[in-house]
Amino acid sequence: MKRRFDPLILLWIVLAAALTFLVVNPLLRLIITSLEAADTGAWTLANYVSAYGRPRYLQALYNSLMLGGAVTVLCLVFALPIAWAVSRTDMPGKGAIRLLVLGAFITPPYLGAIGWILLAGPNAGWLNRAWMGLTGATEGLFDIYSFAGLTFIIAIYSFPYLFIFTSSALDVVSSEMEDAANILGAGTIRTMARITLPMVLPAIIGGAIVTFLETIALFGSPALIAIPARFNVVTTQLLQFFSPPVRTEVAAAFAIPLLLITVLLFALQRRLISRKGFVAVTGKGGERRLIELGPWRWVMLGYAFLVLSMSVLLPYAALSQAALSRAWGRGWRLDNLTLHNFSYLLFEHATAGRSVLNSFVYAFSAACLAIFLSLAIAYIVARRLLPFAGVLGFLAMAPFVVPGIVLAIAFYAAYAPPPLALYGTGLILILAFTTRFLPIGFANASAAIRGINPEMEEAVRILGGGRLLAVRRVLAPLMKRSMIGAWLLVFIPATRELSTAMFLYGPNTRTMSVMLMDLSEEGNFENLAALGFMLLAATIVIVGVGSRLVGGDFMMRRDRS
Amino acid sequence: MSKLSLHGLGKTFGRSVAVADVDLALAPGEFVSLLGPSGCGKTTTLRMIAGFMKPTAGRIAMNGGTISDPSDMVPPEKRGMSMIFQSYAIWPNMTVGENVAFGLKLRKLPTAEVKRRLDKILAVVRLDHLVDRYPAELSGGQQQRVALARAIVIEPEVLLLDEPLSNLDASLREEMRSEIRRLHDEFRITTVYVTHDQSEAMVTSDRIVVMNHGRIEQVADPVSLYNRPRTRFVAGFIGRTNFLDGRLQGDTLVFPGFTVPAARVPDAAALPAEVSFSLRPHDVHLHRAPPAGDHAAWRLPGRVVERAFLGEHWDYVVQPDGSSLRLRTTTAPRDVHEAGAPVTIEIDPTRLVAVTGSAE
Repeated sequence: MKRRFDPLILLWIVLAAALTFLVVNPLLRLIITSLEAADTGAWTLANYVSAYGRPRYLQALYNSLMLGGAVTVLCLVFALPIAWAVSRTDMPGKGAIRLLVLGAFITPPYLGAIGWILLAGPNAGWLNRAWMGLTGATEGLFDIYSFAGLTFIIAIYSFPYLFIFTSSALDVVSSEMEDAANILGAGTIRTMARITLPMVLPAIIGGAIVTFLETIALFGSPALIAIPARFNVVTTQLLQFFSPPVRTEVAAAFAIPLLLITVLLFALQRRLISRKGFVAVTGKGGERRLIELGPWRWVMLGYAFLVLSMSVLLPYAALSQAALSRAWGRGWRLDNLTLHNFSYLLFEHATAGRSVLNSFVYAFSAACLAIFLSLAIAYIVARRLLPFAGVLGFLAMAPFVVPGIVLAIAFYAAYAPPPLALYGTGLILILAFTTRFLPIGFANASAAIRGINPEMEEAVRILGGGRLLAVRRVLAPLMKRSMIGAWLLVFIPATRELSTAMFLYGPNTRTMSVMLMDLSEEGNFENLAALGFMLLAATIVIVGVGSRLVGGDFMMRRDRS
Repeated sequence: MSKLSLHGLGKTFGRSVAVADVDLALAPGEFVSLLGPSGCGKTTTLRMIAGFMKPTAGRIAMNGGTISDPSDMVPPEKRGMSMIFQSYAIWPNMTVGENVAFGLKLRKLPTAEVKRRLDKILAVVRLDHLVDRYPAELSGGQQQRVALARAIVIEPEVLLLDEPLSNLDASLREEMRSEIRRLHDEFRITTVYVTHDQSEAMVTSDRIVVMNHGRIEQVADPVSLYNRPRTRFVAGFIGRTNFLDGRLQGDTLVFPGFTVPAARVPDAAALPAEVSFSLRPHDVHLHRAPPAGDHAAWRLPGRVVERAFLGEHWDYVVQPDGSSLRLRTTTAPRDVHEAGAPVTIEIDPTRLVAVTGSAE
């Protein structure tokens, strides 16, 4: 019999080409650039020598690692008690606490940092002024422009990762696991130490690793805090390599260790989880009961509320005050109220209005592209339709281990020079965002497809329908909800993405996030706060719509990654 | 002195009564099952014995000392009991050996002793070759045996089992219930076993406690429970049966469509005016023609309504002529009657058991 031509092969070629363009080529260019002499193109290690030849460059790397460690420890202090209380105890107000954690989760860290500059800036910050007013001291209590300050403002927006990892793990530990230790003679404390904690430990370590990596890859908060405080971390150092004269090859060399650390730590996390069967072995009756805390439940609630006021309530209050003020330092007074900041930004400022539009257009396009690619790849991988489908899946997940700023340098190295010369176009931002968030889309799409029994499609085909009909009439309707969720999970971070945009924007392609950084350099906090306020309001509306469409907790589920 | 005793034990959640007036005493080394449909209060009773739940009435005593009453309760970890859970609750982060040795190490036994007892129990449950495996790498039956070993190895005062076989498939279930009984015969640990499966209870238990709606219906050994059920619920729950609802008029029992002298029924003098009898299917016999000879038995003309051949036996449903009563019966494979064929239905009145309680 003649072999039929399978149209799926065409799709495979298209997808392979897309992934080569988005993932393989930029990363290859990054590595090659780091090993080439800028002028002659000859192989050399000179770039690495320039990148690490000076003590202050090494100091930046050391600072990043210290910062990552300190933030992770602080996040553990914030996240573990709250996760335990929400998941396993009868603490009141859990709904409100979860909502506030979600609030912290969707707040762009650089926006929170701006809020905290208003709160704890030396002398002028609200908390410092309150302190000086109360005690008559001549100096403020806090200085946000310090290593400790930076650690704090990163931690209050990073701890939701650990919270989500830990509470989802605690949610699947059945009470019977603890009962079994109790009846064999172990008391509450021992049960906690020997049974509960070890069972959720891999999740905690996983969350800690993600927190560490997110911290060292973070650009916005260090740029806002560390630069005025006169110390550098890897990401701010990379920005300096990118300031004219741009030294891409040195930046590439300097970024490689960041990439290696990330890859290694994710590999370590994989190993930790795969060693033991950490999926709780449980059949029926995985019943769970809440631990009664007695009066301690109010203590727990107080702690959770304290942490979340620091990450959500206080900075939001400071930001909204500044956004609605003529001069934020004059406080809440009727003659100080104005909407002028908003109208100025949208209608008078040269580029601010444009940047809002850009952010949403780029995020929308990137989300559509990423979801389309994810669905096609996930379908081919899950149904094992073609040989080497697994390679496509691997490539789609690969950007997960590439920090945003490294990805930006890789895109710059690959597509800024001729022949494509995409630098400064909207397209390069859309493509970079697509790559950056492709793993989120792919993980969600695979989970959704794996959740659908192939027999559903086979039933269509045995009745005479083709594969396309099966996809259109059965698969698509079944996956609609989860795909809307996945689209939002790409769209939301893409609207505020900073580290990738920072190295790729041009004069006409500023995004809101880049605009925020520009305004902060001008020191115009009223306009800055108003722009941040718009970004937040848009995010809250989108998350709200998403929750209605796809189910309340779609932002905080942990069946991806 | 009994090992474990429950006295007027009760538990209410708000207004709903989960368990009421449960009295029970277990002799040392006895194996007792709590049997009943879901929601009958058996698991609640077990959890009160374990100390995971405080009773709202009555008390629980072990070796003569009270361990639970509505005011106070010895916590589970101080009771010296052990328990096998429905989900097995095997800790996935520990190997088979670590799981099983957990209770021994808590008791601060010397390392050599821990090793000796671990090896011994793993050999008994045939898991000695899997000591370093993690639970996720085991089959369902092996996980079940880890749970058994972990519970037995500490030689508990009382062993509690909460529907331990409900997650296994049918053939494995049969194997494991014999295994549980075998381990009991070997270690003689006082055991309370909760199940909704009557055959599990029959195979494993010295005595069975049948529960319904939070109360004890009957406590008896398996044979008496089957042959002498006291309530309609017990007769229907343990095995299959026929119910005959009759009325006592003078010395005659009136059933739908036929009557019989009351004197032929056991304990006739004690019968109430409205009475229900349980009659097991194998106590109903079918004949092609009325047999000759002695007729201590009742003989009723009737016909076959339904039949099914199950290989090891026939299942017939027969109806006495002029009666609305439908009787189930089982016969040997060679006793063949066509559907609709006339038969003589023979009932041995000494096999009738008067039961109380209404039909549900």
